[in-house]
Amino acid sequence: MTRELFYMQALNEALHQEMERDPNVFVAGVDVGQHQGAFRITVGLYAKYGEQRVVDTPISEAGIIGLAVGSATCGLRPVVELMFMDFMGIAMDQIMNQMAKMKYMFGGKARLPIVVRTACGAGIRVAAQHSQSLEAILCHIPGLKVVMPSCAYDAKGLLIASIRDDNPVFFLEHKRLYGQREDVPEEPYTVPLGTGQVKRPGKDVTIVATSAMVPEALKAADKLAEQGIDAEVIDPRTLQPLDTGLILDSVRRTHRAVVAHEAVRFGGIGAEIAAQIAQEAFDYLDAPPQRIGAPFTPVPFSPVLEDAWLPNAQNIIDAVLNVVPARA
Amino acid sequence: MEIARDKLLQMFRTMVTIREFEDGAGRLSQEARIPGVVHLYAGEEAVAVGACARLNQNDYITSTHRGHGHVIAKGGDIRLMYAELFGRATGYCKGKGGSMHIADLDLGILGANGIVGGGAPIAVGAAFAGKYRGQGQVCLCFLGDGASNIGPVHEAANMAALYRLPLVFICENNLYMEYTRQEREMAIADISDRAAAYGMPGRSVDGMDVLAVYDAVGEAVERARRGEGPSLLECKTYRYYDHVGTSYGEEERPAEEREHWHSRDPILLFRERLAAEGVLSEKEAEAVIAEVRSQIEEAIKFGEESPPPSVEDLTKDVYT
Repeated sequence: MTRELFYMQALNEALHQEMERDPNVFVAGVDVGQHQGAFRITVGLYAKYGEQRVVDTPISEAGIIGLAVGSATCGLRPVVELMFMDFMGIAMDQIMNQMAKMKYMFGGKARLPIVVRTACGAGIRVAAQHSQSLEAILCHIPGLKVVMPSCAYDAKGLLIASIRDDNPVFFLEHKRLYGQREDVPEEPYTVPLGTGQVKRPGKDVTIVATSAMVPEALKAADKLAEQGIDAEVIDPRTLQPLDTGLILDSVRRTHRAVVAHEAVRFGGIGAEIAAQIAQEAFDYLDAPPQRIGAPFTPVPFSPVLEDAWLPNAQNIIDAVLNVVPARA
Repeated sequence: MEIARDKLLQMFRTMVTIREFEDGAGRLSQEARIPGVVHLYAGEEAVAVGACARLNQNDYITSTHRGHGHVIAKGGDIRLMYAELFGRATGYCKGKGGSMHIADLDLGILGANGIVGGGAPIAVGAAFAGKYRGQGQVCLCFLGDGASNIGPVHEAANMAALYRLPLVFICENNLYMEYTRQEREMAIADISDRAAAYGMPGRSVDGMDVLAVYDAVGEAVERARRGEGPSLLECKTYRYYDHVGTSYGEEERPAEEREHWHSRDPILLFRERLAAEGVLSEKEAEAVIAEVRSQIEEAIKFGEESPPPSVEDLTKDVYT
């Protein structure tokens, strides 16, 4: 049975269902309990499960992540929240030196089943320190998994899968996607980590898009279709580990690749994907891989500036037209 | 003494084991038989032993970069420790961690830690899990005077007090944060003064007196087990070696200071006390030391003769 849910509701449902299923799952973060979540993702959990399992924390990101690391190592399954991805700076030691590395440094003995949920992305006029997409930094740290669902169905399935995964998973929710709406099954289900999806099949160009750029890529594909260009849109869904096979298979068929993300273009995840495509599928390419990302600046405040900063469907169309000969 | 003779002897033996282990590790490092560096705990034995003597196997500790003493005091296997220092496949961490990341999760040892203060937020998580399960488990968080100034430690202390976690912070104040003396690195002298600010009881304790540590930690651990929350114990102690390596830091640490702390050697003090109370004669003490030395030799041999890890194992254990 499915019904239409907002992305934010799909996440909420995943949390309720997993907390019901497994008494070791608990939630913690700033305002997640009594206030029911700054972005309303944890609505209803505190009323149902109380203080022990829905923990309101101080504004102490290092403490919040440490709470996750320690409790996971000792047998619990924390789902903690960093209200804005930008705040991970405060917790960076616990993230990169503790959470990511304990399993390896301890010779494999430790098991850290952690989910860190966090809101990323620009476009809502909250400026430089509340708008970043920093997934590339996390993908660069061995030991972390990084998930970025682009739609409500994937959001619920990936969150359930992330909670059940025995590794630290960063679950990145784009703020502008919280209001995305589509059919979501009532029952619990999983979308496997490490699996991308072809959101729109095509034969002329492969557009790899992440998070909020997936709807932009689909818009671009529609417009390109009017020009006789048939674009294949792939959403990797998990960035670490990356479903490279799906991407390369597509590029071998289309011979052209455009990678689009909202994060700053320099050093973004698009750089990794483009490099892998160039290295592994060089003989299949008819043009160099293209990358769409934001300009190399902090996110500006003023709407006219922020709108100029945000990558969009038109940027994707322009990039595709760079590599695909125009058709009538 | 109210402490059982067996326990006192065990404490003495463990202190000697730590001292011999550290001196042994120092020699191995100096002779370049082990790779990398070591941060030696010699001089601080009373703190680790007095504290861990209050713990059960299912209690937790988080440790520091100077962690060999904590690991041994919590029951760690010296053979697996030496093997880890040698970087062998038989080491505690299969050679992947090294000195600063030795862990034994079955003994609740949540790792030595290469980041100053890195263990404190983790200890919050461990204590939280203990409270969640409701079986009376506690966590001891060892940290140094240096760590007492780092941000995440303040976060952890506040959270521990806020949630009344079964967590005891054992701050080993050995007067030096790396190479800089305490008064040039922090505005206060007694770290236990911060306890009230965090919302928990705190005391300063003579860290060279294993029974004083045992007393103070006992009180704090019982508080924690009763659900009354965390405590901060500052144990004033001294490390004989320099921050890292085997020098004694003679250029930068005044001779009078080093002599003063050596005159209060924790093993010597305890040995004298045990002799005075008729618990352990001089001869018996010598026998323990000889036995420990031979165990240390055997453990070093085990480590040195163990095989290195296979390069095929390099990429394993990153993920579950």
